[in-house]
Amino acid sequence: MSSEPSHSRPPSPPQDTTLSLALGTDAINGSTSLASSGQSVYELRDVVKRFGRGPSAVVALDRVTLTVKQGEFLAIQGPTGEGKTTLLLLLGGLDRPTSGTILYGGRDLSSLSEQELAQLRASAFGFVFQTFNLIPTLTAQENVETALVPVHASPADRRRRAVEMLAELGLADRAKHLPGELSGGQQQRVAIARALVKEPAVLLADEPTGNLDEETRDEIVTLLERLWRARSLTLLMVTHDSTVAQRAQRIAVMRAGRLTAGVSRSA
Amino acid sequence: MYFVYLRRELRRRARQAVLIAIGLAVGIGLVVTVSAASAGVKSAQGEVLHSLYGVGTDITVTKTAAPGSSGAQRFRFGGGANHAEITPGQHISRQTLRPSFGESTLPYSDVAKVSSLAGAAGATGALTLTDTSFSGTIPSFREAGGRFGEPAGATGSEAGRSGPSAAFSVSTFTVDGVAISSSQVGPLTAAEVTKGSYFKASEADSPVAIVSSTYAKQHSLSVGSKLSVAEEKVSVIGVASVPSGAAEVYLPLGTAQKLSGSSGKITTIFLRASSAGDVSSLASKVSRAIPGATVATSESLASEVSGSLQSASKLANSLGKWLSIVALIVAFLLAGLLMVSAVSRRVREFGTLKAIGWRTRRIVGQVMGEGIALGIGGGILGIVLGVVGAEVITAISPSLTATVGPSFANGGAFAAAGPGAFGAAAGRSAGRGAFTHTVLVHMTAPLQGGTIGLAVGLAIAGGLIAGAFGSWRAARLRPAAALRSLA
Repeated sequence: MSSEPSHSRPPSPPQDTTLSLALGTDAINGSTSLASSGQSVYELRDVVKRFGRGPSAVVALDRVTLTVKQGEFLAIQGPTGEGKTTLLLLLGGLDRPTSGTILYGGRDLSSLSEQELAQLRASAFGFVFQTFNLIPTLTAQENVETALVPVHASPADRRRRAVEMLAELGLADRAKHLPGELSGGQQQRVAIARALVKEPAVLLADEPTGNLDEETRDEIVTLLERLWRARSLTLLMVTHDSTVAQRAQRIAVMRAGRLTAGVSRSA
Repeated sequence: MYFVYLRRELRRRARQAVLIAIGLAVGIGLVVTVSAASAGVKSAQGEVLHSLYGVGTDITVTKTAAPGSSGAQRFRFGGGANHAEITPGQHISRQTLRPSFGESTLPYSDVAKVSSLAGAAGATGALTLTDTSFSGTIPSFREAGGRFGEPAGATGSEAGRSGPSAAFSVSTFTVDGVAISSSQVGPLTAAEVTKGSYFKASEADSPVAIVSSTYAKQHSLSVGSKLSVAEEKVSVIGVASVPSGAAEVYLPLGTAQKLSGSSGKITTIFLRASSAGDVSSLASKVSRAIPGATVATSESLASEVSGSLQSASKLANSLGKWLSIVALIVAFLLAGLLMVSAVSRRVREFGTLKAIGWRTRRIVGQVMGEGIALGIGGGILGIVLGVVGAEVITAISPSLTATVGPSFANGGAFAAAGPGAFGAAAGRSAGRGAFTHTVLVHMTAPLQGGTIGLAVGLAIAGGLIAGAFGSWRAARLRPAAALRSLA
């Protein structure tokens, strides 16, 4: 198992999965915010993401303020093209905001170098994508191993951990199969294994069930829920599917780049 | 993981990988073949210059024969004090040794004269001769004092001429008389003797000879064989490997002078300069020291060489070189662009790898590795293609001719003629009172270590260029944009 940097996992694990939600509107600047109580993992303040310049510029995120508590399962729901994925990429350190701050464990992601961000992604964040994004030439096991390459795990350690992770997700017998030989659900499970094999603090899932049928969708969401609980993960899931979003502790709704509403529920 | 990923990726886009490798291979193969051909042409040029020029020689000094006084072979039958009367139907046979056609002689003392000049490192004199045998039955022609001058012309050393009432045969071979005391410069050195031995100092005027390996093979001669020169028997004491176009038989200078009636005379002075920079000034000094002499340097000789060898040289050094460069540029560009295209199609893949923590340099390293692997593959294939191309040239062994222009040939500094088709008169053509000399060489395409090294270097360079193109694209990838577009 790789050693993780001190900033990769905020200190206190969550004890209470019932969260209170405060939705407020700043009367002065008109920004919307979602805040949850407890130890925060993420704190976003007036985050703006703009693409292009001048009159043709597109504002993907408009002064988003959001607090995510450690161990929280937050669904970001909204129609396609409203900025959900952009937000997820900013949270994952794959992009930088045009303005505003994104604090992860108290550190501003915008101030980190590319190298520091890569290190953070390698150890603290796990990504799951709608289209699975597995390397088509590598087997399921090798795909899982790719997540351990940046943390400099030895080849033997990589193999062992990948095999264990796949077994935990019920894919032991598919370890040597190429992605093209697996069903959609199996591919997504491999992608989840790849995301979790390095034991990240945060799992960022972008429409993880978007390409799956209903039955498989439920299976994957259930799996994610189980893993979230078992591993004390902070799970941020982008989805347009309200059925999936309902499984989260808290739902943030995005419209036109703004967080417009939020509901909370007991997990 | 690195090599597994690399291998699988190349296998996945095998068709494109093969296309890149073939592109590189064609470019590299062309370079290898052209380099080998160029080396072959250079070797042929060296062979020609050696045959015309001698070993270790920077300058040759010769004297042009005055019109009408050349050493052409002539046979007089009757009418003269020293010749018997001949009658029709009589069989006659003559063998003479004379300075080669167009040659004039210099006193041997000129060797000492030029060797004492400042900038001269060594000199020797040689007598360039042609042995001509004539035999046949006298026809019933009325011209009792008839002369048989120029031999059969371009019909070869064993040329025969027959007419309605005549049956003569003429055969020739070239002879160089070499000074034994100086074996480091001149038409024949001890190092060239491959069988038997070089002349000893005590054999300065002995009836001994060294023959070229080609002539020995043609006439079944070996060490110990007897050879007739100017109707005298000489013993073969050695066989030498000399370039085509060089003399066929070598005699000690004293022996050659005695048999040709040229006592104390030479036809060529072979002079070596102390340094390459001295050649030009030394040539000027020689011209002043021996008025009327033709002084030729290797540079002036090379500039006068023409014929298909020169054309081949130009072909290899200009067209071949540029063709190779263009092919390489096209191959490298093709490889680079295909790599860029391949990387562009993998934007999601690389975006995902970045998302899971792979650094840009690791991804760039992966792409570079793929480029280098393709370069090595293309290089190996290119070397194979190049070797095949060179072997084909060597197998075909195209004949190349090198013709020396009149100003040099008139001086007669070269060995009289090559073997076979280039007998005493063969290969020489008269024109406006001047003569040319033609040497036949067979082109080969030898592969040298440097050529293979160059190919390996080009393969790696090709791979690096292809990889660099792809890496440049990979480094510029915006994974967030790629991942966002897929959401």
